Amino acid sequence: MVASQLPDAVQGPGPVDVVLNVNGATHVVRLEPRVSLLDCLRDHMNLTGAKKGCNQGACGACTVWVDKRRVVACLTLAIACEGREITTIEGMAENGTLHPMQKAFLSEDAFQCGYCTPGQIMSAVALLAEGHAGSDAEIGEWMSGNICRCAAYPNIRTAIRDVRDGVGGVGRATR
Amino acid sequence: MTTAIGRPLDRVDGHAKVTGAGRYSAEIALPGLAHAVLVTSRIPSGRVELIDTYDAERAEGVLAVLHHLNLPKGGSVPPLLPSLFGAAASGQTFFPMQDEVIHYAGQHLAMVVAETLDQAEHAARLVRITYQETASITTVEQGRDRAYEAEKIFAGFIPGRIARGDVAAALDRAPVTVENSYYCAANHHNPIECSATTAVWEGDRLTLYDATQGPNATLHTVAELLNVMPSHIRVVTNYVGGSFGCKAMIWDHPALAALAARAVHRPVRLALSREQMFSSVGHREEQEQRLTLGADRDGRLTAIRHHKLSPTSHFDDWAEPSLGVASQIYACPNYEGVYNLIKANTMTPTFTRCPGEASGMFVMETAMDELAEKLDLDPLELRLRNYAETEPMTGHPWSSKGLRDCYRRGAELARWSERDPRPGTRRDGNWLLGWGMASSGYPVTPPGNPQRARARIFADGSAVVQSSFSDIGTGAATAMTQVAADGLGVPLERMRIQYGDSDLPNTAAAVGSAGAGMVSAAVHIAATALRDQLIAQAVADEHSPLHGADPRQVVVSDGRMALRDRPATGETYAELLQRAFMADAEALGTWNPPGMDTPYGTMTFGAQFAQVAVDPDLGLCRVRQLIGVFDPGRVLNRKTAHSQLMGGMLWGMSHALLEGTIMGPDGRWANASLGEYLVPVNADAPDVLIETIETTDTVVNPLGVKGVGEVGMVGTAAAIANAVWHATGRRHHKLPITIESLL
Ligand code: FES
Ligand code: FES
Repeated sequence: MVASQLPDAVQGPGPVDVVLNVNGATHVVRLEPRVSLLDCLRDHMNLTGAKKGCNQGACGACTVWVDKRRVVACLTLAIACEGREITTIEGMAENGTLHPMQKAFLSEDAFQCGYCTPGQIMSAVALLAEGHAGSDAEIGEWMSGNICRCAAYPNIRTAIRDVRDGVGGVGRATR
Repeated sequence: MTTAIGRPLDRVDGHAKVTGAGRYSAEIALPGLAHAVLVTSRIPSGRVELIDTYDAERAEGVLAVLHHLNLPKGGSVPPLLPSLFGAAASGQTFFPMQDEVIHYAGQHLAMVVAETLDQAEHAARLVRITYQETASITTVEQGRDRAYEAEKIFAGFIPGRIARGDVAAALDRAPVTVENSYYCAANHHNPIECSATTAVWEGDRLTLYDATQGPNATLHTVAELLNVMPSHIRVVTNYVGGSFGCKAMIWDHPALAALAARAVHRPVRLALSREQMFSSVGHREEQEQRLTLGADRDGRLTAIRHHKLSPTSHFDDWAEPSLGVASQIYACPNYEGVYNLIKANTMTPTFTRCPGEASGMFVMETAMDELAEKLDLDPLELRLRNYAETEPMTGHPWSSKGLRDCYRRGAELARWSERDPRPGTRRDGNWLLGWGMASSGYPVTPPGNPQRARARIFADGSAVVQSSFSDIGTGAATAMTQVAADGLGVPLERMRIQYGDSDLPNTAAAVGSAGAGMVSAAVHIAATALRDQLIAQAVADEHSPLHGADPRQVVVSDGRMALRDRPATGETYAELLQRAFMADAEALGTWNPPGMDTPYGTMTFGAQFAQVAVDPDLGLCRVRQLIGVFDPGRVLNRKTAHSQLMGGMLWGMSHALLEGTIMGPDGRWANASLGEYLVPVNADAPDVLIETIETTDTVVNPLGVKGVGEVGMVGTAAAIANAVWHATGRRHHKLPITIESLL
């Protein structure tokens, strides 16, 4: 291989079959081992809900769950997720009914362009399960891995509080 | 009749966004899709001596490697014209890969097209370029002694020097003056969605899925760059993951994607990487401003001298108009504003949210605070004493101005009257607390061409309104649904808006906070035209209960036409259409905007208040609260409008405390990543209190919409800097205000 002459750009072995469980369904995808979970979902499985904002682990737009824990899919190798349970934004609504967090994001206008939103929602739901939504300050801290350039942050906190408190559409961050 | 307009309706595109179903421009699944990756210049100035593509061309999956020696030449680079004109809108008058000359680091030098993204990225690293580097200038500091006074800036629309009265004499006579130099770091927009284009040829017809603020701007620009008939190009923009100005002008990547697709006879996706976003789609230029204010002892301004110095590219004289709103916000008889430029090895800078207003008003509003301090006057009182009753540059009346109410209400919310004017007097533990304020203003600029929309109703009474605009997160699609429903007189649930497609009736790009005003005008005219057409049909139809009625006495609500004073007499649109065996009816609406020379000053105003806490030992500054009151004319959707204003104010906070792109000694941006280019995260963002004061404006457009996209950011940085002074007693003239400068 020509590429092997360049030590800093070694091409990996060729594509292999990878078995992935995504949103409860099993898929076999043919992937080169270097393919990230994010590119696998977006380009190989046509699941584009997880977004690519930086491909460097800095923005959180690609947040998905692996075994219910939030991870940045751009820094996760797809092949390393075999035998694990992957959940993406596409798996959040059940039978067409939105998850309460999705509803709260809608009613609190917790997004504008929507590009960070799948990642925010995946983080927000995990945050509640982690028990990190005690106060606004805590929510702010534990949601700080997800950049929203539109800066919907106050409304994101409100949406999370709504779900935490089991209320909908109250307690606006802005009037 | 207004029932939908103003309501805090949830976003019509919200469901697609919270479920991940919305397809952005790099997410269009197409059979045979290939991926293009750009190779960029590592040096800021010089030549490509050798480009060695041998290994790249032979790497697995590679379909083509394109560069200046083999890229098919197309048409010509259109002139730089803001996309608000609705024509071709090239971000700079330079198109890459035409010759071996390198003008700036990050310039696109080659493009690798491969079967998969990984293969293209890998092969891009195998392209070896040998450079011949020449001396470069990339910063104000390096180019200071080569500065020149610009003849014109901003695509030729703004003169390099504007003067009124006699500033020198007025400053000589002024008993009080304030003079300072200010510095603002360069900024990059960094929407979370990187720019991307997916290009598909079918014969000689081209479809581009492009992340753009203006599908028509992309269409016309690519048509000229490739010498393809505009009639043969369609641009689709379903969703845009933020823009903030970097998708306002059209850069080279949509045309490059089309060229790549033509070269490999396949659909091609070209998505920029985050690093490439720093040298592919423009930036807010680094700048120095010098401002001198002269005032009498009562604080009335007698002179403003405002000079700016900033780098531009080798090809275009561009500066963001930092002097604009700062020259219009206060009454002052003597004025001088000058733009000085430096030719530098950077791209042409471009629109970045509040292009010029944010930086210029940081300077003006900081200086006003210092003037207030000198005069021992309340900063708000100083602003009221200089209130501009007419537009200061022309003397024209304002089309509407609610600034006095904004000041009053903002002061009330911030409890401004309880503020001790002395700095450094309030503490919360180790935190020093301070309150600051500033004025906001953002011009209302009409588009350069007629704006169009089409309204269509079906025989079941459901309706669709179509217009080509894209929704970049502003909420335009939602607001337009409301405008359309009210215009036609149908319930919201029966109205759909179709947008984001250059095949639909023409609109200019949604830029300069003009989108809501201009598109609502077209949508309103189309919807009311269809309503009037159906009313006319009813009164002429002898089987209609409205037969023979005066059309002016017919009103419509809930899809039913009825006599104003006898609501029982009437029928629904559906009944009318079905009786006539009409499957649908439609009308085109065209809004001819007022010219740029209307005899009015047009601006959205606001007042901002900020509370900060500064830890002087650690150099930390936390914004505890932001309060903004604005007068945006009519508010089409309270929820989305407030989100826009909130986003703008948090951008202002970011401008004040976080954002700055740093030029490295090698002439490349040194912090070109989201890890190192700081933007606010959730924990940085305080709660934001926003109120809008609705003013009636009959000049700007039919619905009196002045726009909210940018004004939120104007003045925020100054309000924060003034609050930092109030907390610590120290003035800051440099943005961002960093930990080092707070220590
Ligand atoms: S795309 Fe994964 S963190 Fe930004
Ligand atoms: S909604 Fe645009 S980045 Fe968060």
